[in-house]
Amino acid sequence: MMNLDKLREQALQEWKEIKYPKIPIITVGSATCGRAAGALDVLSAIKTKLEENSIQARVFEVGCIGMCYGEVMIEVTLSSTPPILYHQVNTDIAQKIIEEHLLHNKILVNHVLGTRDHLKYEGINPFSEHPFFKNQVRIALRNCGIIDPENINHYLANEGYKGIEKALSLNPIEVIEEIKKSGLRGRGGGGFPTGTKWDFCYKSDSDKKYLICNADEGDPGAFMDRSLLEGDPHSVLEGMLIGAYAIGANEGYIYVRAEYPLAITRLKIAIKQMEEVGLLGDSILGSNFSFKVKIKEGAGAFVCGEETALIASIEGKRGMPRSRPPFPAEKGLWEKPTIINNVETLANVSAILIKDAEWYSSYGTDNSKGTKTFALAGKVNHTGLIEVPMGMTLNNIIFNIGGGIPHDKKFKAVQTGGPSGGCIPSTELDLPVDYDSLASVGSIMGSGGMVVMDEETCMVDIARYFLDFTQKESCGKCVPCRLGTKQLLLMLEKITQGKGEMQDLTLLYNLAEKVKSGSLCGLGQTAPNPILTTLKYFRDEYILHIQDKVCPAKVCKNLIYFKIDPDKCKACALCFKACPVNAIKGAVKQVHVIEQDKCIKCGVCLEVCPPKFNAVLKLSGEEEPKNE
Amino acid sequence: MDGEVKTVSADNSERSELIPILQEVQETEGFLSEKSLEKISKSLNISQTEIYAVATFYSQFKFTPPARHKIKICLGTACHVKGGEKVLEAVKRTLKLENEDTTPDLEYSVERVACIGCCALAPCATIDDHVYAKLTPNKIQHIITEMEG
Repeated sequence: MMNLDKLREQALQEWKEIKYPKIPIITVGSATCGRAAGALDVLSAIKTKLEENSIQARVFEVGCIGMCYGEVMIEVTLSSTPPILYHQVNTDIAQKIIEEHLLHNKILVNHVLGTRDHLKYEGINPFSEHPFFKNQVRIALRNCGIIDPENINHYLANEGYKGIEKALSLNPIEVIEEIKKSGLRGRGGGGFPTGTKWDFCYKSDSDKKYLICNADEGDPGAFMDRSLLEGDPHSVLEGMLIGAYAIGANEGYIYVRAEYPLAITRLKIAIKQMEEVGLLGDSILGSNFSFKVKIKEGAGAFVCGEETALIASIEGKRGMPRSRPPFPAEKGLWEKPTIINNVETLANVSAILIKDAEWYSSYGTDNSKGTKTFALAGKVNHTGLIEVPMGMTLNNIIFNIGGGIPHDKKFKAVQTGGPSGGCIPSTELDLPVDYDSLASVGSIMGSGGMVVMDEETCMVDIARYFLDFTQKESCGKCVPCRLGTKQLLLMLEKITQGKGEMQDLTLLYNLAEKVKSGSLCGLGQTAPNPILTTLKYFRDEYILHIQDKVCPAKVCKNLIYFKIDPDKCKACALCFKACPVNAIKGAVKQVHVIEQDKCIKCGVCLEVCPPKFNAVLKLSGEEEPKNE
Repeated sequence: MDGEVKTVSADNSERSELIPILQEVQETEGFLSEKSLEKISKSLNISQTEIYAVATFYSQFKFTPPARHKIKICLGTACHVKGGEKVLEAVKRTLKLENEDTTPDLEYSVERVACIGCCALAPCATIDDHVYAKLTPNKIQHIITEMEG
């Protein structure tokens, strides 16, 4: 069998020149989130500055290191200094860094996040000691934010494709056994043991089998797969090679959301590079294993994340699920045995084969091995993408890694598992995060969205929001889901509008249970979870909406109003000018008043009122002021 | 599709090519016109009804001409929690849109999208493929007013 020794030797040489450079190396984190924060502007500012000063340097883009709140991030390595990571960089700061760090060897301490590679330097600590990173274990995300995702050599130099080399030296059963032993479970939400799933497909007798990578990450509030594909596409593709070899597939698909253009671009580049070095195509690395892979762009249907719907979509049909069995492992794409694995699962597969099952299973809990990535978002200080060992408590994730709630607000709930998951209250914060514990409180692991909510989040509104989503995304095939989610939504709308009655709560609960037990696929079966968990943990909020017509979080439009505190108003006219419907009376030096019948409750006045005045109040439940 | 329909060759006439073809046509022409659907139907030998059934299932496909600027407001969970709905309202208000989602002069269209994966920078929106992060009603109002010049 051929191996990659020669290629890897070159790659390691290239990597060495980055780690111990002769000329300065500058990397810019430019995944979608980095770009949203202005990474591409920073990149061009750096290039301009380098040119102006005729500095020879090597600049390249890397994926996301996960610290989205710290974007834009750049890293500078000189022959004389270790890699220094800067955060919250804009074009001005970037040019200043070039000026000071590159030209005068002076580190801009104020913008430094830390050093890389556990090195201490002149009082600067390694970024790995930062609370955001300290408790993380990065397996799936091992290369994200470190390597250039468009350069296969960077992946090769970091043990890349050693996993497929190892797999090809084993027989398929041994590969499956290794994955079984690792305890890896599907990371897309289902949590089914990956090795067992492969085993079913391996045993299905067929002339043709398929392996599909499910990158149809549709959960609102989740961006793990996007980040992984943008930051390290080769780790996922290597996982696909290993899986395909194990089950005996020689064709594969990556079903990826069209909303992820950068991920698609980087996958295409990665696939081309693999073809060039013989990692795709016939007789891979000289073995008798052949594999080719195609990218299929999703066309915008959440339900296509469901296995059988996804298959229908690839076949060119409406993406509607069918009942199982037969499971895709027996009858999938074009009736042939098919395995569908999630992006993160596959990135773990390559890691397991590169190291081994024992190492992998040393992380995690009894029934949930390894690590899990989470997209930490919402009302939390350190928003970003994290990877932690299974079993870490919610408390640790939200308050240590996440840095707690902004503006000293009170934590209310954390939502896991997207529209299929539930809202977990503060009393359950000591819960270890694994498949079984999350299920025990009515939520699910899901694909890894974790949205933190504070006192300003209305739990009835959140339930309404998710039902609005699932109701729109219901494919309409089965009645409980099609009609049930609609009725659930109508009831929740009624309550958030202040028109609810107490009996709605019983009806809501009963119907939610029916939709859960009667729906055909995962979408309908889990759609009621946000209602059931909020009813269980936040029933008092429902009752306040119904009986007192109060929205305690001051979110539900029909139940709130805005008022200007005449004692605090300095008559600066900011709100007066900003109000889009001219509902504010007053003039310069004349205290402003909101005309309630004109007010559309957009909140712009509250937004523009200077914090030092803090004169605009948002109220619920108190008597609305009459127009004066 | 002025006669230059990508002729569907024998080897990709498979049914599975339908969605990629629809995507390509929409990419080049901006939307799926009746005329295009008719041509696709003939070359793939799939009935127009069937093609229409598939195309309407997916939210990506549009059947009316697109506006010059496409505004997509993210209403993923993180954006919702951080006030995405208010950003959407502000956009519609600024563009004087009520139930419709495209301005009569076809300059702007507004669409709510489930999640663009920038949750950490919520609430966000895209205008013609440029991502705007950490928006507020006031901020987006200014962005649009500036675009209108």
